Amino acid sequence: MKKKGAEILVECLRREGVEIMFGIPGGVVLPIFDALYDSPIKFILTRHEQGAAHMADGFARATGKVGVCLATSGPGATNLITGIATSYMDSIPIVAITGQVATTLIGNDAFQEADTTGITRPITKHNYLVKSVKDLPRIVREAFYIASTGRPGPVLIDIPVDISKGESEFNYPETVNIRSYKPTYKGHPVQIKKAAEEIRRCKKPFIYAGGGVIISNASKELKVFAEKINAPVGLTLLGLGGFPGTHPQFVGMIGMHGTRVANYAICEADLIIAIGARFDDRVTGKLDKFATSSKIIHIDIDPASISKNVPVDIPIVGDAKNILTELNKEITPKKNPDWWRQIKEWQSKYPLSYSRNGKLKPQFVIEEIYNITKGNAIITTEVGQNQMWTAQFYKFDYPRTFLSSGGLGTMGYGFPAAIGAQFGKPDKIVFDIAGDGSIQMNIQELITAVEHKLPVKVAILNNGYLGMVRQWQQLFYNKRYSYSDISKQPDFVKLAEAYGAVGIRVTKEEEVRPALEKSLKVSDKPTIIDFQIEREENVFPIVPAGAPITEAIDYKDIELA
Amino acid sequence: MRHTISVLVENRPGVLARISGLFSSRGFNIESLTVGETEDPSISRMTIVVSGDDIVLEQVNKQLNKLIDVIKVIDMTKEKFINRELALIKVSINATNRSEIIQIVDVFRGKIVDISPKTFTVEITGNSDKINAFIELVSPFGIKEMVRTGAVALSREYQKEKPKKGDSKFSGG
Repeated sequence: MKKKGAEILVECLRREGVEIMFGIPGGVVLPIFDALYDSPIKFILTRHEQGAAHMADGFARATGKVGVCLATSGPGATNLITGIATSYMDSIPIVAITGQVATTLIGNDAFQEADTTGITRPITKHNYLVKSVKDLPRIVREAFYIASTGRPGPVLIDIPVDISKGESEFNYPETVNIRSYKPTYKGHPVQIKKAAEEIRRCKKPFIYAGGGVIISNASKELKVFAEKINAPVGLTLLGLGGFPGTHPQFVGMIGMHGTRVANYAICEADLIIAIGARFDDRVTGKLDKFATSSKIIHIDIDPASISKNVPVDIPIVGDAKNILTELNKEITPKKNPDWWRQIKEWQSKYPLSYSRNGKLKPQFVIEEIYNITKGNAIITTEVGQNQMWTAQFYKFDYPRTFLSSGGLGTMGYGFPAAIGAQFGKPDKIVFDIAGDGSIQMNIQELITAVEHKLPVKVAILNNGYLGMVRQWQQLFYNKRYSYSDISKQPDFVKLAEAYGAVGIRVTKEEEVRPALEKSLKVSDKPTIIDFQIEREENVFPIVPAGAPITEAIDYKDIELA
Repeated sequence: MRHTISVLVENRPGVLARISGLFSSRGFNIESLTVGETEDPSISRMTIVVSGDDIVLEQVNKQLNKLIDVIKVIDMTKEKFINRELALIKVSINATNRSEIIQIVDVFRGKIVDISPKTFTVEITGNSDKINAFIELVSPFGIKEMVRTGAVALSREYQKEKPKKGDSKFSGG
């Protein structure tokens, strides 16, 4: 029996296990929406396509499943771009489906035409322009396979309207075989043996783990590994939650806003074991001063991440979970007492802290969110100070509980991502820790959360500035606050109420706890809490751009100066 | 150093854009790029001449391998290979230098494929060095127009020393 392209698409999505998708209809996707009308797939109508892409991303990060978003051609597709690029940089599996003008019109500057596959080529793992209805099942199958395997990433399928309307016999391919795409999962046994030998020999091991640990669900294996060799563990921003934040071996985040302990330790170690991390410039700082005397073992599924920025001694290409499982069989327990003496000394000398001066501090707010949720919530962040304070002061014990745009650094990510996460994990408490700048970048999705009665909580750390920009201007541009003051702002409490959400304002420390308690009691709508924090609070430590990561500035340095 | 890389790709629309886009977005320098069908019509072979140090070349190989449409990447420079380029060169002539130019063309085993009262158009094939040498020799006469195809290359069937496994061919990913 023949089926329409749109029906084939929806049937294929259903067979991929898609239960929910996010997006907005438009001209050339009307046939697809007509097919969705009768489908069991839940469709979440967002208010901007960017919101849809971030929701798909947040859903994917929280659940480990592939997130799906759908938009029309032209502006619908271009509005997805920031979201797709966000997923690409952080290796998040999403499938973005876009409508396209009819194949006969492509290239004619037709109404709402954009070269979507051309525009998204550098920000997708792969993309497809469907040219024939009969290719559709294979393409959908391949898209989900490519998005979710190897180093995951976004895949886009661009479907011209005549393909959606056209008919074909429906033959569902049970298996996927792409001759040019065979990701490596098993680590090479010789490399694993070599790594074990190096671990046995070293005196000052350091584990540097990133988002790859979370993507490959290797947290348990990482914990076994770390405990067995008793190495300090530092995490990247995206790695947070991959190793328990409350574990005695955890020394904090590495890099620009990392702890001094983690940055000293990675540079003093004689062996760095990098797992699912890519030596990003925000981690390494000045490259020729980074870990100059250590050997490096690098476990990563993407061969191109190995020796890209830093030369690696023992590369192991494959899936972190598989490799750690094998490696754990090869290694023998160690204690490294002298190394720990040194680390303990750094820890007591350089704890993460902030100055409590009676004013409302963002770090205090985050600590209170941690205390009241007992570390059990899913936390999303926007980008900037709110993101770094969260990374520093909320202790993430579980994977998939910290969702943040690390690579692309997308302001406006956190709120729609929180909505996507809440759809994926309805029983979890979901907080978006936001800034007053970022939250205004996708505030329109508040109505989406209200419509679906989602109890998402938004904690706005409101300082009336684009805070991280202002901090850099203060530290590196002589306090010339060029266009970073955004104190002209809406009344966020009234704004929440206008949308049908709950709004709370907090101006003092003692109001923090009651406000959070109140927000937790709201179970059928979002809550926005406007925390009016000290305006010029900074994120410390900070390593100036281009400096070695051992040369951080702390708040005490500024106060003394 | 200059490397000649042979890339086997799916013969599909858009693949060339993916490859050239990768080179520009990652800041790799292409000296030349040629594409054509292979013995298997579903596969095209691209011959890319790229310059860079070992670290750059390693990234070029790895990043190419990451593209879904790329089937295999071979760095020819690590093997014995045959490398050819074709050039068409329109040289200015006059009564006094005609025979000299014909001689040079003969030495280079080129062919004069078009003649006008004022020009010869010479077809010449060989590796890039040979073509460069020819151009250098005829440029004093005046080159009016020129076109080069860029290198194409195939590995030699008999390699004197077989390259070690995993050495010359980068593993896919």
